[in-house]
Amino acid sequence: MFDIVKGPIDVSKVIDAVADRNTGAIVTFIGSVREMTKGKKTLYLEYEAYESMAKKKLEQIGSEIKTQFPDAKTAIVHRIGRLEITDIAVAIAVSAPHRDDAYRANRYAIERIKEMVPIWKKEHWENGEKWIGNQQETVSYEKTGVPKEFGL
Amino acid sequence: MIKVLLFAHLKEQLNRSEITIDRNEMTVGELRAKLGKDGFLPQASSVMIAVNEEFAQDEDIIRDGDVVALIPPVSGG
Repeated sequence: MFDIVKGPIDVSKVIDAVADRNTGAIVTFIGSVREMTKGKKTLYLEYEAYESMAKKKLEQIGSEIKTQFPDAKTAIVHRIGRLEITDIAVAIAVSAPHRDDAYRANRYAIERIKEMVPIWKKEHWENGEKWIGNQQETVSYEKTGVPKEFGL
Repeated sequence: MIKVLLFAHLKEQLNRSEITIDRNEMTVGELRAKLGKDGFLPQASSVMIAVNEEFAQDEDIIRDGDVVALIPPVSGG
């Protein structure tokens, strides 16, 4: 399951998508909307995506995880549109026979989303709004690249 | 015709969600130069460009009918 949705994410469905008889561990990551960022109060967020490409890129992350952790199964759902404080923006579930692979693969998925999946967030504050770019200054956008720390 | 999709702040900045370029063939680098010309899109030299939903390099060729997208730094998650 790799999807971009416009309504609330059903986390249990994301988890169910990766459960199977060979699974010994499922790690779930939930990214939610935070109110305070560096002392600034967010009222709500707005996410926009290049939907068709974003779905493909989520699928690509699933394939990259498969290459590194052949027994892992991945499901990722990202929500777009207007999100309120505490809403779930992204849910990632990774299952594997053992916990170490599940933890590592899940971490890999969220870092990769922040690096190259075409989704953008606009923060709305009491006194303004801003599209947020990536926080690191240097981003690698290679076609099928895998970050060095996760190198094959 | 080459269709160029715009997102996030680029869409707001140019006040439209796509641009059409009346060319049959050009490289990604040429497109970048064209968009940056006369201050039309100051970020043209730094944004990533996707051709048919895959990240492309400056030497890659864009052909008539391809769907191009300008991808500013992403902030999902």
